[in-house]
Amino acid sequence: MLQIINKISFFKAILHKQGRVIPIVEILLLILLVITPLFVGDYLTVIITRMLILGLLAISFELCWGYSGIMTFGQGLFFGMGGYAVALFANKADFLQLWGVVPIGLIVGACASFLVAWLLLLGKRPPELIFLALGTLTFAYAAERLVAGWYWVGGGNGMSIFEYLRIGSFEVEPGRLFYYIVATILLLVYLACRLLVRSQFGLVLAGTRQNEKRLAFLGYKVQKFKALVFCFAGAIAGLGGSLYAHHEGFIGPGNVGIGISTMAVLYALFGGAGSLIGPIIGVIAIESISFTLSDIDAVRGYWPIILGVILLLVVTFKQDGLLGFVVTQRERIGSFGIIKSTESKSLENLHSLKNEKKDVSS
Amino acid sequence: MKKKMSLLEVNQVSKYFGVLKALDSVNISVQENTFHGLIGPNGSGKSTLLKAIAGDHYPDEGNIKFNGNDITKDSPEVRAQNGLNLKFQITAIFPELSVYDNILLSLQSPESFWKLVLSKSRTSYHDRIMDTLVRFKLVDRASSLAGELSHGLQQWLEIAMAVIRKPKLLLLDEPTGGMSPEERRTTGELLLPIKKECTLIIVEHDLEWIKDICDNLTVLDQGKVLDDGTVKHIEASQRVKEVYTSRV
Ligand SMILES: Nc1ncnc2c1ncn2[C@@H]1O[C@H](COP(=O)(O)OP(=O)(O)OP(=O)(O)O)[C@@H](O)[C@H]1O
Ligand SMILES: [Mg+2]
Repeated sequence: MLQIINKISFFKAILHKQGRVIPIVEILLLILLVITPLFVGDYLTVIITRMLILGLLAISFELCWGYSGIMTFGQGLFFGMGGYAVALFANKADFLQLWGVVPIGLIVGACASFLVAWLLLLGKRPPELIFLALGTLTFAYAAERLVAGWYWVGGGNGMSIFEYLRIGSFEVEPGRLFYYIVATILLLVYLACRLLVRSQFGLVLAGTRQNEKRLAFLGYKVQKFKALVFCFAGAIAGLGGSLYAHHEGFIGPGNVGIGISTMAVLYALFGGAGSLIGPIIGVIAIESISFTLSDIDAVRGYWPIILGVILLLVVTFKQDGLLGFVVTQRERIGSFGIIKSTESKSLENLHSLKNEKKDVSS
Repeated sequence: MKKKMSLLEVNQVSKYFGVLKALDSVNISVQENTFHGLIGPNGSGKSTLLKAIAGDHYPDEGNIKFNGNDITKDSPEVRAQNGLNLKFQITAIFPELSVYDNILLSLQSPESFWKLVLSKSRTSYHDRIMDTLVRFKLVDRASSLAGELSHGLQQWLEIAMAVIRKPKLLLLDEPTGGMSPEERRTTGELLLPIKKECTLIIVEHDLEWIKDICDNLTVLDQGKVLDDGTVKHIEASQRVKEVYTSRV
């Protein structure tokens, strides 16, 4: 036993020395993403597709919270609005084309989040964390009540989409093809976010999280930058919602309000906030656990309680989430200059330079 | 002899904290490319004055002119973009970023959103950042987290972050706070060459240290300007001596 532990910690030490655990995790998940539907049946493929769509929601929350320090309970709102928008297009205008569904989701999400950002973020003074949390929560709650009481959008029953998503005249049923469409979209979104948070702009975001006020004294328009990220994240959530509505063939008040917003928070905290891959792991973990538990006869009646306890344990005792078991805080934050590659060389040069200077001065 | 234009003019600035008058009709004028020292006992309003100049809070009365423009109501971002820079009394580096990234963050601030997203400039900044790191003796620690540095090195990092931006006016609030005498001396040596590039206002307690590097001094006491002038003038001033011997 001891030997195994030794081996594991040795392995961990090597990985940490390289500072490159996240890319390994990313590549493993990418491989899984590509091959999974080849090994599981249609039923599971549909379940996993749903997880990937929720992955978009989780990433969108993570951009706000883990990267910009905006505690938002509004991601469910943008998600739901994207879903409702495409459901309306499907039911009222008979429009089911994939090439339209994706931009509708993006635009609805971006516009809705822009409005929220304008009201909550771009005021005269930088808003407090709690103000943002409660503000977005209120919006989500209000939206949930609104759609539940609004007959035109289905009221409390929500809206079903009776026809399948289309590419031209070809129908995309939930299944392998739908899976690969969603997987491609998720991958593209992930790469775009990765580019964003690893860029020099990502450095500004990292600074925002650590000392927002100081950043203003460096001349950054912090609130504007945060609002931009918030809109980008809102667009991603809206995109997720539009795919969700078509995949499930349904969107209802439960997909627009506090419940789903809270799930977004839990995915990120469970998987590990402060990285992009953490929330994806969180979605897969939480959704797999609840899927498995709800299938076991012995616990069928009270599996949500078990899930709740597991979530509570992880979020309380492992604040950096599941990913925290393998990834250090240092790697999560990362570095942004080009010093990584040139470090040793330029340091050597500079050392000799320094020594020369010393010789001259003495 | 032609008088140089003053870069900064503080006119009749007052600041209240409740009933406390932290600044009382303060006037200061700072010439370009000079070092201006600000001294005074604890609680005399030195930090409050620097913060008013940098935009951390707004004065209740009076106005502040920088480079000929009235900046009294500008936000800190605008002042920073116009070449005004403050090092806070309490060091405010970004502890979980590397030393290198701290400096990059300071340097890249004028850039647009898209340029930052596309990371266009980090390669071209590299040499400049490394030169600054060498100059401020931080190069060995370039990839350490800023929070792991000693207090003295953190102060230097903050000065480096300010200097690399080539500000027109640099405000340093107790740059040698918590340093050993050796480190203080080095800080003085690090600061002197800056005179060619920018104007400096330094807050310090140590009169001996500050008089070696400053051209002019202003003495504050209980929010009022007690005296100002050249170092020689202040050294000879009876009023200053009284305050300094009775209270410090
Ligand atoms: N935000 C604030 N709210 C209330 N009072 C304040 C505030 N900031 C400063 N003061 C008060 O204003 C006075 C001047 O403070 P200031 O920090 O400017 O002094 P200082 O000269 O920098 O002192 P030190 O040498 O200790 O740094 C003090 O009496 C202080 O208690
Ligand atoms: Mg002070």
